[in-house]
Amino acid sequence: MNEERKENTLLQVSSAPHIRSHDSTQTVMLDVIIALLPLLLWGCYIFGMRALTVTLITVFSSVIFELLFNLITKKTITVLDLSAVVTGLLLSYNLPHTIPFWMPVLGAFFAIVPVKMLLGGLGKNLVNPALAGRACLLLSFSSAMTVPPVLTRLDLFESYLPGDALSGSTPLYTVLSPAEDGSSISTELLFDMFIGNESGTIGEVSALLILLGFLYLLLRKVVSWHIPLSYLGTVAFITLLFPAEGVERFDVVYMLAHLFSGGLLLAAVFMATDYVTSPITPKGRIIFGIGCGLLTVIVRYCAGNEGASYAVLTMNLLVYFIDKITVPRPFGAALPKLKIKKESKPQ
Amino acid sequence: MNAKDILLQFKNGLFDRNPLLVQVLGVCASLAITTTVSNSLYMGLAVTAVLVCSNLLISLLRRFIPEQVRIAAYIVIISGFVTIVEMVMNAYMPSAAAKLGIFLPLIVVNCIILGRAEAFASKNTPLPSIIDGFAMGAGFTIALLLLGAIREILGSGSFFGIQLFGQSYTPIGILTSPPGAFMTLGCLIALIQYLKDRLQSKTKASADQTHKDVKNKEVEPNDL
Repeated sequence: MNEERKENTLLQVSSAPHIRSHDSTQTVMLDVIIALLPLLLWGCYIFGMRALTVTLITVFSSVIFELLFNLITKKTITVLDLSAVVTGLLLSYNLPHTIPFWMPVLGAFFAIVPVKMLLGGLGKNLVNPALAGRACLLLSFSSAMTVPPVLTRLDLFESYLPGDALSGSTPLYTVLSPAEDGSSISTELLFDMFIGNESGTIGEVSALLILLGFLYLLLRKVVSWHIPLSYLGTVAFITLLFPAEGVERFDVVYMLAHLFSGGLLLAAVFMATDYVTSPITPKGRIIFGIGCGLLTVIVRYCAGNEGASYAVLTMNLLVYFIDKITVPRPFGAALPKLKIKKESKPQ
Repeated sequence: MNAKDILLQFKNGLFDRNPLLVQVLGVCASLAITTTVSNSLYMGLAVTAVLVCSNLLISLLRRFIPEQVRIAAYIVIISGFVTIVEMVMNAYMPSAAAKLGIFLPLIVVNCIILGRAEAFASKNTPLPSIIDGFAMGAGFTIALLLLGAIREILGSGSFFGIQLFGQSYTPIGILTSPPGAFMTLGCLIALIQYLKDRLQSKTKASADQTHKDVKNKEVEPNDL
């Protein structure tokens, strides 16, 4: 009786904040997975079912490694936040479909255990786990990681398929090493790149689907526009104004070919925007994007290779400093004054 | 100087104060040359030879070297021995000397040797100094061999240059490159810290146990 009264009279007011968002790690990750799934479907369509197998192996091993780590260290089970699934998906999207099945397992182990869990799990990792896993595999097994030319290129639009002009290299290499006769990239090839009718890793081929995924994430307010747009804008700006040798200035086709080829779009939309490893403030995000863009183009020009993953990894390591110099001024606070050392007068 | 002291010195050098895995000294050369087991062995032996000789000489001269210029004096002594080792290796095993390359003369600035000179040889008599040189050298060599074995077996699929696996084995290339060296060293350091922790808690537990036993014995008469 007494207790009941106590319950009734007790005012139940929780402490601030009172407005709560329904976002959790799980819902955010679910949105990312939804945005990523069309890419997998397209990858299976163009590369065959082996792409699906590789993806499933990567995702399952990522989840299992995280679960095992949780169990062995006797910590809370964090598998249900779905971040391991996203890491697995992204890692597999960066692999060629011809890779031997045990390599993705090793890559997933590297991405989950040393890169993420050993540093304290999601939120504590310094670099994007999927990209680190890819870099590890690329350094270890460079021959198995090279993308083979697709033998069964789809005759989607028979009329203007450039025959076997592409055999032996992915479109990125066509872009990076222009034909010696000086002919520029054909618009047909550019269209193929945009649709995704080209060779590449499982998830990077279709620019269209990546952009649709970006649109979905923007509409769901999962990512902001700052990083992808400043990243892609920087790449576009440089390739337009300062193209590689043998290409005319203001060649829009060349610029678009740079944007649509390789893993650039995938990295800009899904990897550079990783909450944990990107700056917090809009200003910081734009600096981050510009840095990624600069590094990507530098690697592409100088090394003749895809530089998006290394660019994002490098910028990941600089996020702490970017965050430090872009701390916003609190509303109403005074402008920071220049610190002048007061000369202490001898008394 | 009895057998127990010598044993303790070796235990220090091999495990408790292992120069590479606990003191983390001489990392640069270690990371660079441990791509194969044979390289590790040559490097370890060269460092041990220099360490023993320099420890002996520095210990003999410890009363004559002025405090103010001791570092310079140590370096001169060490570089003398390194030159001898380098010449011997060039004469009798030129292929090994070529493989070690610049890291052979760089033993001069290896922190382990200067560290032992400063921390041990300059304060002790010749005999313990020689033993210290052997113990620390052995610890360094074993650590290098571990690093080299892991990196060569996984990174190149061979051991002492002999192919271990068939054609189907794909070597993990990253282990033969610097990042792989860092990762392997990190794992080894973590392992040795884990072992040390285990050992410490065990000795502590047994100490507690004996402490309890003693207490119980003290309490018993009162209870009775």
